[in-house]
Order: sequence, then structure tokens, then C-alpha cells
Amino acid sequence: MKLNILIKRILFLVAVLGIWQLIFTLGILEEIIFPSPTSVGEALYNGFTRGDFVGALGASFKHLFIGLFMAIAFGTILGVILGKSKQADETAGMYLIAMQSIPSIVWVPLAIMLFGFSEFAVIFVVVLGGTFVMALNVRTAIQSVPPQFLRAAKTMGTSGFRMFFRVEVPSSVPYFMTGLRLAWAFSWRALMAGELLSNGPGLGYSLAYAQDYARMDQVVAIIVIIGVIGAFADQLVFSKLEKNVRSRWGLA
Amino acid sequence: MFLELNNVGKTFKDKEQGEFEVFSDIDLSIEKKEFVSLLGPSGCGKSTLLSMVAGLEHATTGSMSLEGHEIKQAGPDRGMVFQQASLFPWLNVKDNVMFPLKSTMSKKEAEERADHFLKMVHLSRFKKHYTYELSGGMQQRVAIARALAMDPKVLLMDEPFGALDEQTRHILHDELIKVWQETQKTILFVTHSIQEAIKLSDRIIVMGTRPGRIIADFNVDIPRPRSRSDERVIQFEDEVMNLLKGEINKVLKEELTNEIEYSY
Repeated sequence: MKLNILIKRILFLVAVLGIWQLIFTLGILEEIIFPSPTSVGEALYNGFTRGDFVGALGASFKHLFIGLFMAIAFGTILGVILGKSKQADETAGMYLIAMQSIPSIVWVPLAIMLFGFSEFAVIFVVVLGGTFVMALNVRTAIQSVPPQFLRAAKTMGTSGFRMFFRVEVPSSVPYFMTGLRLAWAFSWRALMAGELLSNGPGLGYSLAYAQDYARMDQVVAIIVIIGVIGAFADQLVFSKLEKNVRSRWGLA
Repeated sequence: MFLELNNVGKTFKDKEQGEFEVFSDIDLSIEKKEFVSLLGPSGCGKSTLLSMVAGLEHATTGSMSLEGHEIKQAGPDRGMVFQQASLFPWLNVKDNVMFPLKSTMSKKEAEERADHFLKMVHLSRFKKHYTYELSGGMQQRVAIARALAMDPKVLLMDEPFGALDEQTRHILHDELIKVWQETQKTILFVTHSIQEAIKLSDRIIVMGTRPGRIIADFNVDIPRPRSRSDERVIQFEDEVMNLLKGEINKVLKEELTNEIEYSY
């Protein structure tokens, strides 16, 4: 069954590549706007062996990790405050949803005006991309601690800080994981938006650079890299983590 | 008196429906080591009363005391077992049992206690398991071990076997009696099952409804183990059933008239 799925996926990929190659061979479109799969493969190979892509990836991951780390920290603090205090939630909760609904790319001009064409600006956009979705999920997490757990803990003499750290925090872990996965996804998108308009280095910048020099093979190659990283991080790291936690917490 | 309730009453305030009196003037005293069941139809307030003894709800009127100390809030001197086991899914079985012990004793001591009580409920083999790997009956046994590990003065049980299947329930009844005899704890047990109350308790407090109140207080003088086919048990069942019939009819009638009022 598992192998079967893998075979199907590989066959599908081969078919897509075949059709792509076919269209290329027919020569309907000019090579400059429609590169062949082999030239994209070559661009990928060269990019990695010459180190251009490696450097860009390193820079992108640096921005991402700093930004995501800050987003998780701010988002968690914000979410805990809103989750614990009804007053704070009633006052500011709605604005959090408003902030979350702003597409990250909208922050780019603001970031450039504040920090210039610097890596700071990129990180700033990444932080804004991840913070609000993290905060929303942590808020939900704190608010959905089963009352039954709190009652049981109370009868065992638990209250105050101990209640928070030994019951509410661990009970929140599944939602926290969802927050983490979404924060990653939003930050990743924000990162690309920020880097596209930055002065580099970074994967997004390399993409814009390839566009400037009309290197369609490199443009497609970088899009492939971005897609692969996104899929791997989501499927192999975050979704898996979330699923494991949910089943152990008895939610799945 | 060991556990004493004086004139205890509870009124819920609701914004839409105004005040709702669950019960008032409940007087009850329970002896040490007694196994007492609170039996009554749904809506009589038996679970609310138990929650008040646990300190999870406040009494609107009256006072409660345990060994002369007034009950004001929840505390580890009263262990509680809920209908849902309420074990923490992030801890394994043993850590769940150790949860209430960690702040009051050394780790080694806590571990010994947890081991002791897990053995008592026959779950030593499942120490390292997580709650999602356990059946409902096993989860309730862990919950019982967890409550006992605190060495509470009284064990409060709120329909602990209500969600289990018939067979598991019977097994757990026998286990609970053994545990009770071994630990000599005072148990206050809430149930709506007449059979369960008769099988387990020394004493049955029967509660009526609308308004909630105590309508009878029986001593069950039948030697244990009690079989369902024992004539004395059957006789007792009939007696309590007749007593409760009127109360159950009252609830049904009220619900029916409400329904009719709504449909107009």
C-alpha cells in the first residue's frame, strides 16, 4: 500500500516531466520563456555545485529561523495574555484577527522604509508573518484546556502558577503545535515576499536576480527548491509532530 | 462527626431564568470508614452536593466540615474520582498517580506510593503506558489510585463507573470494595443506579428532586460480597425503587408539560 502510493507519485512526476519535455521539443514556445526540464535540472545542479544556491539557502534559513523564533516567542506571550485575561481578549482579540488577515507582502514597503534594504527588513516581515497566527492558536490553546483537567487538578491541591505550568501549559501542546505549523507556513511565505524585494542574499533575492537576467531555467529551478522545502518541512516535520502529539493527547 | 453538612443549600443564578434552587437545608453526617452512596434521579443535585464537599462549588447557604475543619476550597484531604477519568494525557500512568505527590514529598517516596497504589488496582504492568492506550475501566482504576495516593481523609466518587460497560462495572465494583476494605477510607459515592448503591454501600442516602432534598437514609445490613440474586438485595431494590418512582415521574411530568408549553 505504502509502496504503491510512492510508485503512483513517481509515475505522476515522470508523466509531468514527459509532457513538459514534449511541449518543449515541439518548439511552440521560445526557449527563453519555456526552458526544458533538462536545462532546469542543469541550473539546479550548477547552482548547488557552484554554491550560489547553497549560499542563498543559508541566508534564507538564517532569516527564517531568527524571524520564526521571534514570532513564536512574541506570539506565545501575546496568546497567553489574551487566553488568560478575558479583559485583554475582549479589548484586543479582534484586532489580532485583523492583523492576521493582512497579507505579509503588505508589510514589505513598511519594512523597507523602516530598515532600508537590509536583512533586518526581511526578518521584520517574517516576524509579522508568523506572530499573529501563533498568538491566535496559543490563545485558543489556553482557552480550550478541558475544565475537567482543571477540576481534577484542583482536587489534588493544585492552583496558581503550578496549575498554569503543570496543567494548562502541557494541555495546550496540541494547539501549540498547530500554531507552530501555521507560523512556519506563514513565515515561509513572508520570507519569500520579503526577500524578493530585498537586496539579498537569500533565495527570494536569487529568484528576482534570475528574473532580471532573463534566466528562466534558474527561475524555475528556484521555484522548485522553494516548493520542495515547503513540502518537506510541512510533511516530514510539522504535520508529523502535530499528528503524534494529537494522538498521544487523545485528540485524533 | 467525621464529615458533617449543616443546612447546606445551593442556588444557581442565571441571567435569563433568574434563580434556580438545586436544593436547600441538606443535613448529613458521615462516620469515618463508612461507605455512603448518594442515590437519586438526575436533577436532584447529588453531583453538585459532592462537588461542594470537594470544594469545587461553593455552598450558597449552610456549612460543611471535615474532622472539625470547615470546608472552604478544594484540597488534597478530599480525593475525587470523576465520571471521566480526567487523567492527564501528557503523563504516563505512573506520573499521573505521582502528580499530586510531587509537591509534598521526595521523588523516591512518591514513586513508592505510586507503585503501591498501582499494584492495589492491578495496573503495575501498565505504569509506562499513556492514557490513550488504556481502556475506560483501566483509566478509572488509575484515577482511583491517583486519588488514594494523596492519602485523602475521604474519597469522593462522582458516578465513576457510569460510562463503563456492564461487565467492567461489575469487576470494578469488586475491586473498589477490596480497595476500600484494605485502605479503610471513608467513601462518598454518587450514583443513579439502585443496584450499584446496594451492592457497594453501608448506607444509602436517597435524594428526591424539585426541589432536591434527602428523602430517605437507609443502612444496608447485608453481608458482603452481595449477590444480585440474594433475596435481601432484591427486596431492598424494590423498596428503594418504589420510593424513587414518584420522584422520577415528577421529573418526567415536568419535562412533558414544558414540552407542551413550548409547542404552543
